[in-house]
Amino acid sequence: MLQAAEVTFGYTEAPVVRDVSLEVPAGGFVGIIGPNGSGKTTLLRLLAGTRKPQRGAIFLDGAPLGSIRRAEVARRMAVVPQETHLAFDYSVLEVVLMGRYPHLGAFEIEGPRDIELARTALAATGTGALEARDFTTLSGGEKQRVIIAAALAQISASERTAEQPAILLLDEPTAALDLKYQLETASLLRTLHHAHALSVVVSTHDLNFAASLCTTLVLLRGGQVLAAGPVTDVLTPARIRDLYGVDAEVTRHPRTGHLTVVALSACGPHEATE
Amino acid sequence: MTQRDANARTVGRRLTLTLVIFGGLTLAAILGAPLIGSTPISLTRVFDRSIPFADNTDAQIFFVARLPRTLAGALVGAMLASAGVVFQGLLRNPLATPFTLGVSAGAALGAMLAITFGWSLAWLGAPAAPLASFAGSLMAVAIVYALATARHHGLSTNVLLLAGVTMNAFFSALILFVQYFADFSETFRILRWLMGDLDISSYQPLVTALPLVAISFAVFAWLARPLNLLNLGADAAEARGLDVLRAQRAAFLSASLATGAAVSVGGPVGFVGIVVPHLVRLLVGADHRIVLPASALFGAAFLIGCDALARTVMSPLELPVGVITALIGGPFFLWLLVRRT
Repeated sequence: MLQAAEVTFGYTEAPVVRDVSLEVPAGGFVGIIGPNGSGKTTLLRLLAGTRKPQRGAIFLDGAPLGSIRRAEVARRMAVVPQETHLAFDYSVLEVVLMGRYPHLGAFEIEGPRDIELARTALAATGTGALEARDFTTLSGGEKQRVIIAAALAQISASERTAEQPAILLLDEPTAALDLKYQLETASLLRTLHHAHALSVVVSTHDLNFAASLCTTLVLLRGGQVLAAGPVTDVLTPARIRDLYGVDAEVTRHPRTGHLTVVALSACGPHEATE
Repeated sequence: MTQRDANARTVGRRLTLTLVIFGGLTLAAILGAPLIGSTPISLTRVFDRSIPFADNTDAQIFFVARLPRTLAGALVGAMLASAGVVFQGLLRNPLATPFTLGVSAGAALGAMLAITFGWSLAWLGAPAAPLASFAGSLMAVAIVYALATARHHGLSTNVLLLAGVTMNAFFSALILFVQYFADFSETFRILRWLMGDLDISSYQPLVTALPLVAISFAVFAWLARPLNLLNLGADAAEARGLDVLRAQRAAFLSASLATGAAVSVGGPVGFVGIVVPHLVRLLVGADHRIVLPASALFGAAFLIGCDALARTVMSPLELPVGVITALIGGPFFLWLLVRRT
């Protein structure tokens, strides 16, 4: 289980994340939603341990994240950033093999087992055919999948139990993708969550994407938790108005069975700031 | 299928292959270059043990007159090329090199101060020029580092190039200022050295630079994999278990050390750090575990070749090697710049 306990963090004087507490249960699928600039990415960095909270702490299975060795954390938990740009022409397989870093010694070279794991991860994300391609020549959606494969390679073949599953953190996985890739990413994440028994945390501003995937939502506004809980409890017209300043209708879609948010109109400015 | 097989070839085997091919090239350059010159000599006579050294003029020319210069080329070329690889990997920018960042100029200023004012660290048992050169490159690197970390996503190419141009101009002005205090006979020698010159005429500068070389190579060996990860971005590298801050510091220090060592021997030879890594990447791919050793070896062979050209193209006049590397590297750099945009 991954927990944040009243964490506060800012890059400058002003905190970007303030007194945030949340819980990612083993095997959970948690969505962090909120408008741009609400602190989603920063919260994800705090959860991943790449930024240290100025107050409060992150706990992984009860142990403070700062007390666990970096490589050990990396074997349990992987991050998929919003976008990945490479300055040099690494092949897709090389990029995925970089996920094996925390499993190898300082001068150790990836062996056949690592290559096999990387290929399995590529296959799991439907990118097996791309392994010899230059990463820089891929489309946005393909890059996304390859980076997810690298994350899978990073957390695979670690010792773990059902109570301590691996954790995948994704930052705005659909922000740069068109509609088809968005749907494909959603179904990929659903499959990975089931097949690999992962805990997944995803930050997004796309309410429908979150509603179609997550079991739990954390609503973030101005770096603070506005509401948190099961999707049906949290995703209400009143909350959406608080969060985004729009009037919206929330219905259960007859075909998909998920909650669906349709934005109707922007509220007046004073209501929005309320 | 063949592509898949090529990809599956492990890094270990690719590394061995690279070391054999590029190592062979470098060895050939080291043995071949001293044969070129105004007096023709024969390699078989040079290594003929039956002739005593005192009588073997070929061996004397080879070992006393020409080999130091060749080895200087190997050392300077290897250091500048690998420092280029490290700067490029670290700043995630293919146009970063000791020369374009102004680091070479900083090192040159340091070395010049030490030489002109006769600084000595004899009581430390350490040579002053390489250390002053290292201090100069470190100062230049500190400025680049401050610029790079002031912005969250590294340096844009524009900022990088402008910073490099500015630092080069700034350090050149200081170099001219220092040169003003040198006596007249020194001035010509300094001018040649500032163009990048391998005419060292003894093994001494190589020996004094050797500790710096050894340290920077040891750090480079450790850095290869971290540099790969850094290419994904600092946060992504950190999330894969890399201590990013430590890797960045190690990279800046070792690349400054290598630049300092190279400049203290051969002056600020330009463009080696950009031409060599790019040609090597075209041949072996992007993995720093292959690119770094291959660039070091190819850099050595490249500079030895350029120097052979510099010695012969206007024979008996010997040009500073920096003139040749600039003539090759300048257009290459422009080509890269255009291709990227």
